[in-house]
Amino acid sequence: MLNQLTIAELTAKLTRREASAREATQACLDQINRVDKQIHAFISFDAADALAQADAADKLLASGGEANMPLLGVPIAIKDVLAVKGQPLNCGSKILGNFISPYDATAIQKLKAAGAIVFGRLNMDEFAMGSSTENSAFGVTRNPWDTTRIPGGSSGGSAAAVAADECIATLGTDTGGSIRQPAALCGVVGMKPSYGRISRYGLVAFASSLDQIGPFTKNVRDTATLLEVMSGIDHCDSTSMPQPVPRYASNLGGGVKGLKLGLPKEYMIGGLDPEVKQAVDAAVKKLESLGAELVEVSLPHTDYAVATYYIIATAEASANLARFDGVRYCARVDGKDPIEMYGKTRGAGFGPEVKRRVILGTYVLSSGYYDAYYLRAQKVRTLIRNDFLKAFEKVDAIVTPTTPTAAFKIGEKSDDPLQMYLSDIFTISCNLAGICGLSLPCGFTKSPKLPIGLQLLGKPFGEETILRIAHTYEQGTTWHKEKAPSAQ
Amino acid sequence: MAATEIDVKYVAHLARIALSPEEEQKLGAQLGNILGYIEKLNQADVSGVEPTAHAFPLVNVTRPDETRPSMSNEDALRNAPAKAGGLFIVPKIVE
Repeated sequence: MLNQLTIAELTAKLTRREASAREATQACLDQINRVDKQIHAFISFDAADALAQADAADKLLASGGEANMPLLGVPIAIKDVLAVKGQPLNCGSKILGNFISPYDATAIQKLKAAGAIVFGRLNMDEFAMGSSTENSAFGVTRNPWDTTRIPGGSSGGSAAAVAADECIATLGTDTGGSIRQPAALCGVVGMKPSYGRISRYGLVAFASSLDQIGPFTKNVRDTATLLEVMSGIDHCDSTSMPQPVPRYASNLGGGVKGLKLGLPKEYMIGGLDPEVKQAVDAAVKKLESLGAELVEVSLPHTDYAVATYYIIATAEASANLARFDGVRYCARVDGKDPIEMYGKTRGAGFGPEVKRRVILGTYVLSSGYYDAYYLRAQKVRTLIRNDFLKAFEKVDAIVTPTTPTAAFKIGEKSDDPLQMYLSDIFTISCNLAGICGLSLPCGFTKSPKLPIGLQLLGKPFGEETILRIAHTYEQGTTWHKEKAPSAQ
Repeated sequence: MAATEIDVKYVAHLARIALSPEEEQKLGAQLGNILGYIEKLNQADVSGVEPTAHAFPLVNVTRPDETRPSMSNEDALRNAPAKAGGLFIVPKIVE
């Protein structure tokens, strides 16, 4: 079935005229109708618009338009935090009301220029704050491998939609692990590029120094394809970096012989599930058998990462979410003066996790506390970043589990915010350091059968190396061929 | 990992978020807990360490000072909760 294909497989079929973009889009829509009542990956989608885009793609395909449009006719769904012109933008929150985006995010413009069929609003933790997609104002998304469990977060809808074959690929965002963690829990590939690799213009900001957009795909090749399409400097984002964009999708071969993989000793900790440890150990051994050299490294400030993140990210969030005040947009709640209007609009519109983080962020920046918390956290951030840069002098990539456990049950951690935060331990440092990271499938727990993810961390702008390692591992295993029960 | 007392009412006012008394109480407890955990940062040796605000600090990222097309007034007002005469309407600020 067309919705089960990868980008590479589908574009090959479309080029050979064995299938049409309309058929492929319809197959995705049919699958959504079949499974999404249960999975709830989508907050909304416009079927008529998707099919209209497909028809336009078919016209271009007929006149040989696929030469410089590597995504022509490929349906890709979008996390509800990215602006797509004319489509709703809610960020998983009530506060934005009936907001319709007046413009396309740069990453979206690039997908469209490459011919993709951009559709759907995927469910997420509100304003990207969460690790389970239980903080959405639009309901919980369920893991396609076991619908009593979370898909991860905050890009839970993006991960679940790919795992359930509801579309060919999706976009998510990653601030502390929000692409890599759900990718691991849902058994798909998810990547956070280096900070500044992809423009953040049109991405509703959570933490401006940590946020990055990234793809969810069914295999590593597709991730390389999407990364290549979306990367590059953008004059609309002054934090986007001028580094040239390599041909990521053409440089996957080459194997791992001679590459040095770092194993951080601080990551093999107490709370690591034995089945996860077993799967990651086996994956590391597999990489060694394929020619990689294993080197123990140390990231001594690992233990401070979660605390550092929850000061910096919440501080930045408190500034970024100040704009949701009911003046220019939002579901406004009136007040006798603007101050009351702000308080009531935000009190009514923000969910509990958002309130928690905005208030924490405001506190750590407030007079008398700034030095003790925020400034100190920024200094520890330097130490964490230096840990990685030092390790990368010895190794080409770092290998870790993506998460300490497989997917937990819906409701299991939602009463204890701190417990939820601690589950981000392996993914969070990557954002603080600004380096790149990806997660790909490396096995399953026994019973129930739940995906386990392997994380590869690379140098700043070292995406080529980790993509090559990931592709080599993937092609030497069959994890990526296994389908979730909901996808069948 | 002792919990820390924070004046939730005051900080909520800084953040312009109106909280119910129940929310204030619940948040106070949860945030106290989280701040207690964050205390561990005090153990890090940060002497002589420069703060990192940004992973790859760029400076003076500018473009030529030339007029370019920008969002129309109509598009900018499209999501306004209240508008008139090409302007956003808000409650009176000054008497």
